[in-house]
Amino acid sequence: MSLDKNDVRRVAFLARIRVDEDDLEPVARDLNNIIGWVEQLAEVDTDGVEPLTGVTGMTLKRRDDVVTDGGDPDKVLRNAPDRVGDFYAVPKVVE
Amino acid sequence: MMSDLNSLTIAEAAAALDKGGCSAAELADASLAAAEAASGLNAFITLTPDIARERAAASDARRAKGAAMGPLDGVPVAIKDLFCTEGVPTTAASHILDGFVPPYESTVTRNLIDAGAVMIGKTNLDEFAMGSSNMTSYHGPVKNPWTGPGGEDLVPGGSSGGSATAVAARLCPASIGTDTGGSIRQPASLCGIVGLKPTYGRCSRWGIVAFASSLDQAGPFARTVEDAAILLGAMAGHDPKDSTSAPREVPDFRAAVTGGVKGLKVGIPREYTMDGMPAEIQALWDQGAQWLKGQGAEIREVSLPHTKYALPAYYIVAPAEASSNLARYDGVRYGLRVDGETLDDMYANTRGQGFGAEVRRRVLIGTYVLSAGYYDAYYVKAQKVRTRILEDFTRAFADVDVLLTPTAPNAAFPVGAKMDDPIAMYLNDVFTVPANLAGLPGISVPAGLDTDGLPLGLQLVGRPFDEETVLRAAQAIETAAGFAALPKYLGGQA
Repeated sequence: MSLDKNDVRRVAFLARIRVDEDDLEPVARDLNNIIGWVEQLAEVDTDGVEPLTGVTGMTLKRRDDVVTDGGDPDKVLRNAPDRVGDFYAVPKVVE
Repeated sequence: MMSDLNSLTIAEAAAALDKGGCSAAELADASLAAAEAASGLNAFITLTPDIARERAAASDARRAKGAAMGPLDGVPVAIKDLFCTEGVPTTAASHILDGFVPPYESTVTRNLIDAGAVMIGKTNLDEFAMGSSNMTSYHGPVKNPWTGPGGEDLVPGGSSGGSATAVAARLCPASIGTDTGGSIRQPASLCGIVGLKPTYGRCSRWGIVAFASSLDQAGPFARTVEDAAILLGAMAGHDPKDSTSAPREVPDFRAAVTGGVKGLKVGIPREYTMDGMPAEIQALWDQGAQWLKGQGAEIREVSLPHTKYALPAYYIVAPAEASSNLARYDGVRYGLRVDGETLDDMYANTRGQGFGAEVRRRVLIGTYVLSAGYYDAYYVKAQKVRTRILEDFTRAFADVDVLLTPTAPNAAFPVGAKMDDPIAMYLNDVFTVPANLAGLPGISVPAGLDTDGLPLGLQLVGRPFDEETVLRAAQAIETAAGFAALPKYLGGQA
């Protein structure tokens, strides 16, 4: 499988990363180098093998669903690039 | 400004503090002065002199009352700028975290504060810990204190390059880093120091800027195996805030160091002999096996047949997890915002300008391998190969107690090299990545010099949660190697 300009445009949109039109071609070449290299995994027999998602072998612990922290909007919002009152501000989404 | 205090190990500094030979304040000042004088190495993104002096004074006050807390109380340490530190800028060496000041402290750095350690600053790294040379940092490359045969500047390795350089240049006795595919062990090897990646789950990941969550693990850098054991003991422990943190007691790692290797079964994985690997690395590896044998260990050849697939599997799994983890950098809640007409434009502009080339590359690959139609072919396939790699190790550890390998396929290389060939750069982690995929503890110990006079490390990999065996085998290598060479920066490499 190999990526073309359209694939890069689609993936860049999914990742919300601006890639200029002129850069689509070189980025596709760059990604194809790496994708081509990882495709050697096809040589490995993985029939009947379970995928490994983590190595701990632990089941996640449950805890009570209670509030243990919070109530400090100023601390939470202190790093916000833009805020209005106790809210993060973003460009207008709805007309 | 170097003083005798800068040459102390943790164990020596602790002894000097106990005997009144020096104060924590003097140690902190010596470290800060050395770090300021070493600004050309670019090991630090932020120095924290006020915090250092305050914590050192508190340590001296504790000691005066007879309430000193242990061997780290009053000892200067440097922190990779991937650990969130309350009130101190945390950048992950990325433009996208400009101005971010965490309102909380990571668990590992909290544990160090509670052990009395004195933070002197936040160290440089590859952006979001993605790299093997420290070249991808938004804050510029770090220089290795070792220089090339023609006097050229060399990389310290990566991603924890600043933490490795800080210890190798004796700016502080120890530092901490993180290791997702080799980011502690590879720079330790390239800088001639000790670096340890613990078992996945040994140290809490809470408050560490996430790269690949199923692989990331924090660990120590130091000049001796004993010091690494001391620091690991303070960093480790169960943390309810990290659901993958192991609910286990922390053993006395320092005591394990002196255990010796008599009767220990050491495996030599034959697949780690790589085409094109320098003969001197093969020779050092053979020498390492002889050193262990000479101290009573039994050497056995073992097979890890899927070794060559570890790196390509890693370059699917790690970017996939990174693309998901880095989705949070949206220009809304912290860090850089680059405006756009719509919300989507703002996201794309912020992330397009905020991430450097390697981070963009990995997020795009990760997004691709997780996208509809490719998920099974790439991501699930890589996870199945990961199972095969874990099975290889499980089988090997039925026969042997620890594995001995080279840490990296090369010594330190010139600043700027390999930057136009990502796969050549990725190959630096060929010997370290398998332990991450399997979650195993590994350590790099400086073992010798190559023909250019540059340090080379040997790696020991152990069973899950058996850092103690890894440490005592590492101590045996350290004792036999007697590595005492100094980098050019400290007047060595004559």
